[in-house]
Amino acid sequence: MTDRLPFTLRQTPDLDRWITFNEDGTVTVCTGKVELGQGIKTAIAIICAEELDVDLHNIRVQSGDTEAAPNEFMTAGSGSIEASGAAVRQVSAEARQFLLQRAAEEMHTSIENLTVENGIVANVQGNENISYWQLMQGRNFKVSANGEATPKPFADHTKVGKRAQRIDLADKVVGKPVYIQDMVLDNMVHGRILRPPGYHFRFQSLDQDGIRSMPGIIDLVIDGSFIGIIAEREEQVVNALEKMKQITQWARHGELPDQEALHDFLSTNASHSLPVIDGTPVEEPVPDFVTAESAVTTVNATYTKPFHMHGSIGPSAAVALWQSEKGRGETLTVWSHSQGPFVVRGAMAQVLKIPEESIRVIHRENAGCYGHNGADDAAMDAALLAKAVQGRPLLLKWTRDDEHSWEPYSPAMVMKVQADLLRDGHIAAWNYDVFSNTHGGRPVARADGSHFIAAWHMADPIAKPEARPGKGSHSGIHRNADPYYDLPQRRVIKHLVKVAPLRTSSTRGLGAYGNVFAIESFMDELAHAAGMDPIEFRLMHLTDERAAAVIEAVRDQANTIDLVRDDNPLLSYGRGMAFSRYKNAKCYAAVCVDLSVDLETSNIHLIHAVIAGDAGQIIDPDGLSNQLEGGFIQSASWTLKEQVLYDADGITSRDWDSYPILTFPEIPTVDVILLDHPESRSLGAGEATQGPASAAIANAVSDAVGLRLRDVPFTPERLKKAAAS
Amino acid sequence: MQQRITLTVNGADRHLTIDPETPLLYALRNDLGLSSPRQGCSQEQCGACRVIMDGEAIYACTTKVKEANNRRITTVEGVSIDGALHPVQQAILDENAAQCGYCLSGIINRAVLLLEKNPSPDRSDIQTAFKDHLCRCGAHNRIIRAIQNAAREMHHD
Repeated sequence: MTDRLPFTLRQTPDLDRWITFNEDGTVTVCTGKVELGQGIKTAIAIICAEELDVDLHNIRVQSGDTEAAPNEFMTAGSGSIEASGAAVRQVSAEARQFLLQRAAEEMHTSIENLTVENGIVANVQGNENISYWQLMQGRNFKVSANGEATPKPFADHTKVGKRAQRIDLADKVVGKPVYIQDMVLDNMVHGRILRPPGYHFRFQSLDQDGIRSMPGIIDLVIDGSFIGIIAEREEQVVNALEKMKQITQWARHGELPDQEALHDFLSTNASHSLPVIDGTPVEEPVPDFVTAESAVTTVNATYTKPFHMHGSIGPSAAVALWQSEKGRGETLTVWSHSQGPFVVRGAMAQVLKIPEESIRVIHRENAGCYGHNGADDAAMDAALLAKAVQGRPLLLKWTRDDEHSWEPYSPAMVMKVQADLLRDGHIAAWNYDVFSNTHGGRPVARADGSHFIAAWHMADPIAKPEARPGKGSHSGIHRNADPYYDLPQRRVIKHLVKVAPLRTSSTRGLGAYGNVFAIESFMDELAHAAGMDPIEFRLMHLTDERAAAVIEAVRDQANTIDLVRDDNPLLSYGRGMAFSRYKNAKCYAAVCVDLSVDLETSNIHLIHAVIAGDAGQIIDPDGLSNQLEGGFIQSASWTLKEQVLYDADGITSRDWDSYPILTFPEIPTVDVILLDHPESRSLGAGEATQGPASAAIANAVSDAVGLRLRDVPFTPERLKKAAAS
Repeated sequence: MQQRITLTVNGADRHLTIDPETPLLYALRNDLGLSSPRQGCSQEQCGACRVIMDGEAIYACTTKVKEANNRRITTVEGVSIDGALHPVQQAILDENAAQCGYCLSGIINRAVLLLEKNPSPDRSDIQTAFKDHLCRCGAHNRIIRAIQNAAREMHHD
């Protein structure tokens, strides 16, 4: 039976590791997935409440602790509901079964004669009852999950699929200390890192005595070009850092390549090219282009996206504490907003040269991260600095400048597409080449290097490992590179460019953003070439009814909208849509956008968007809707406004003025339509709208002014350039 | 170097002996234990730290504590009315108007002031009022709806 258990539960079958009945009448459920603002705690609580028949407000969720929560690896890739949700559902079903058996023994009856309401087990006669907490009496389960309990059939669900209030929000609206930056520990000190001004700079000299004599300074740590400052109070550490920025001497050893030539750089520096078959790269020679002799038209286009930032509103932070414990030797406790507490623990152990068992990583929330931002680096930085203050916790914060200039960006990409069309409009051959730096720069324990900035900068450095092409299904560059459409022949190639101008890693959607932008823009270009309606053209190439259903849902909803149009003759209006199924296996999403283009300023203004999503069985409808809409807004910001700028010396996008994002006045109204399939499994949805949002905007601009924008971001300058050519 | 500073925070006089150049944000967070003003950019670009000083929304990150001496400051910890959540807080809760929630404190303070000056703002009024507040999660529409709901709730009273 245990082979039926969800993967992470099979790895950690001990029920006590997952669920505890507290003496105050609440239940604590543990998940290895962490809260990133996506609302996972609420969804996990709903699943647990459903299976146990305990009211939602009595469920507590503990997440991400290498000593107190199960290892569920990274919180990434829209996998939390599918993986941890399945584990928690089974855990809760097993706990319920265990408790009902005990209750049946207590009441001398059989389980079939018992009902549960908010954790109170009653017999059908209604003359006897006992609560889960009375049954547990503060004891542990001391059993392992065995797969014998069966979760409820979906038809019996009363909590799953119903609107719920976010369980973490009550504390946030009153400003409680819920974020990592709010941590206050006894005897705590403050730390900051002085980074080099750019990637290619190394430390030369600094008046150390002058800095050490500033008020409150405890220590100045200089290890190669890894430099940190520690003070008693926050303003003291910030003052010292400012002074250090002014007086530190650096030497430049190299420069960044010309940003103007970035996309040529990528498409001419491919160093590992792999065909992608059914979404998975294979180590085979790159085949020739596929063509169709009967084709009447061949269309091709090249699309690009720049480097984007995660752009968390809260700069990265961590708390680290070194202690000598009797019997355990030296231990390190790190509080971090990493997406993978267990994973970052291993990566830190490698750099610190200590066994990973001597490190405990405890997750604390920060502002939304949207992928691998500075969280893990801050944990490493804090651990290294805190060594200088043994026994005292050190709160380390990155500055806004640190976050903007050192976070691992979403890689720039180039997407080249060519397709043959038949006379009836069908696509007969599809060729796709995507070029990108790696989307996988997370610190993990590995023999060939380290992905921590601190490791690169130390006097005895550990170099960045060479990028390796991800081989998993839809894993990185090739995520959603393989179209979801029915195509008689296709040639899809991923090209990993190992030489990276900027530091890159995983950002919400990974390659899917660029790939869906290209594919879904190109589908409109093909429809235009075939003289067909873009929606009909897509439907003609789709056999999956659920895919068609989300497209039809946005079309039908958009057709009911009567847009108020300004009679300003300088405004031109357009509508565009796009579709994708995330990783070709998760949530289906279609997006339809109405916008206007100001013919004088070339400014694109989003007016309204309609989103339809099918995420299988919906656990938390309001949470799902929030994710689909939030993903759309964020992707619209990437698409319209964002690109990381740099010059020979380094990053020049160093704050929100030099890296502007979408603001309140620019936000369109949004309708979200959820297509529920309670009978089928839940599908990860947190990244589902990133891709289609971009192409829907491009397609709407084309509809409005007849100009095809193929290079993100669609700034007024880009639009003017497109109009001029 | 150190100076005696008096801040009237959420209705109570609080005395500090502190470097007068210290950002108000650190004084509130580290010396007065008020975690609601969040640090985002330290340069008046994101709005996460905004608090109310003498009826104006100010940036606690760039305001020095000496500039707040003998002034009245309200943080999210102090916007509640008779111990109950302010209608803006309640409306955000009811609307699930957040994802990570990091921007919320600044937004709540700004919304409280907005509704004092404009009891029934339309969508566009709110969008304009929040032009200096960043939200990276894309919860904008929920926040706008919550503020409109709060405005309606306050009219009923």
